[in-house]
Amino acid sequence: MQKLGKFILFMGTLFTRRENFGTYVKLTIDECIKVGYNSLFIVTIVSVFMGAVVTVQTAYNLVSPFIPDYVISLVVRDMTVLELSPTIIAIVYAGKVGSNIAGELGTMRITEQIDALEVMGINASSYLVLPKIIASMIMYPMLVVLSAFLCMYGGYLTSLATGIISGYDYIYGIRYEFIEFNVSFALIKAFVFSFLVASISAYKGFFTSGGALEVGQASTAAVTNSCIAILLADYLLAQLLLA
Amino acid sequence: MIEAVNIEKSFDGKEVLKGISATFEKGKTNLIIGSSGTGKSVLLKNIVGLVHPDEGYVLYDGRDFTNGDKQLQTQIRREIGMLFQGSALFDSKNVEENVMFPMDVLTDTPFEEKLERVNFCLERVGLENVNSKMPSEISGGMKKRVGIARAIVNNPNYLFCDEPNSGLDPQTSITIDELIAEITHEYNITTVVVTHDMNSVIEIGQKVIFLYQGNKLWEGSNENITQSEVKELNDFVFANRMMKLIK
Repeated sequence: MQKLGKFILFMGTLFTRRENFGTYVKLTIDECIKVGYNSLFIVTIVSVFMGAVVTVQTAYNLVSPFIPDYVISLVVRDMTVLELSPTIIAIVYAGKVGSNIAGELGTMRITEQIDALEVMGINASSYLVLPKIIASMIMYPMLVVLSAFLCMYGGYLTSLATGIISGYDYIYGIRYEFIEFNVSFALIKAFVFSFLVASISAYKGFFTSGGALEVGQASTAAVTNSCIAILLADYLLAQLLLA
Repeated sequence: MIEAVNIEKSFDGKEVLKGISATFEKGKTNLIIGSSGTGKSVLLKNIVGLVHPDEGYVLYDGRDFTNGDKQLQTQIRREIGMLFQGSALFDSKNVEENVMFPMDVLTDTPFEEKLERVNFCLERVGLENVNSKMPSEISGGMKKRVGIARAIVNNPNYLFCDEPNSGLDPQTSITIDELIAEITHEYNITTVVVTHDMNSVIEIGQKVIFLYQGNKLWEGSNENITQSEVKELNDFVFANRMMKLIK
């Protein structure tokens, strides 16, 4: 509870003694490149293969002649939009971006760079952390949309390559009884997860003390705590919005 | 002038500073000396506001920095330049961007003027043609110089240096000491240097405060430090063979 209180107070400091708007715009754009553009490769690889594997495994489990082929892609679509793209990619995102944020801020802390900002009269938490959280909340939902598309496309390529189902059936299943709210749900999850990853990782990094060993521990803790928070939030959001 | 009044600070029940009062005079290089672990850096952090004292307060030209509101603290902080022990240069920025950083964030100065000021400051600390180098590409002594250039770029009224000579060879140390002293006199600023280097004390110690186990045991200057009768100070001053020979 003490740590939760400290985390909430830390979030409060992001909005006090802010610098001018232009400073944040520039910093946020830089962070967007770091958290978004630089994550494209890993998100692409994970998404395409995730789609391919899910398609093969769904086909493997749906062997009844009474179940039409297009159900395979329908299952792939719903799994992708509801869970795989927002949540599994969030775990990957925590591993890549979360550890990077914690490592960067932790190193800045132990090398007195954060102290240097404070001495200059700059609110270090606001200057360093707020752009990371804003950038994360802008870029991660975009990554989720891209991931969902690539995941389904990966399944499509697999179905064509292996002949599990025809391309026509795959597209038919993808379109069949599409519920628009599922996309909204995925985006809500993306916003929440992106905030959790950026803020928890920043918190862990910002309050690092000691040396290189502690920076490593902060990075590990950032990823672990982010993953736990993602899974908890995933359940809560599903219960709140779908049940 | 900076006045530290009855500063007390404890960490986890251990008293690090035990009611220290000291005055740091304008236009002089004020040194805080003492062995490792005596609370020098903690006192400095209390003075610049990185640590809040348990008791006591700090006045900057009569303005209560410790108990003042956030606005006053920010205003005073923007009059402070500080050189950190490890230089604390921003890894992701090159030398020019590091020195320009305080102006970028705290002023609306046009880029050309900022660049002119940056080049002036780099020249002042004896660095030229290093603008595009990254901190990882320059030596420890150069990092200290860049740190000093960054500290003075916004014309501070107060300059703080935490162990400016740590990790430097004796010749470079003297150069850095001389640079700090020159800047102090040139701009008539209040400079506070934390050090345990006796060479610095002899070179630039216009006012010296000796800390021992969280207490201020002695106050004077480099002119009378060798005549002190305080045993702990003498043990510190004459610790090395050269000083013993001088004695």
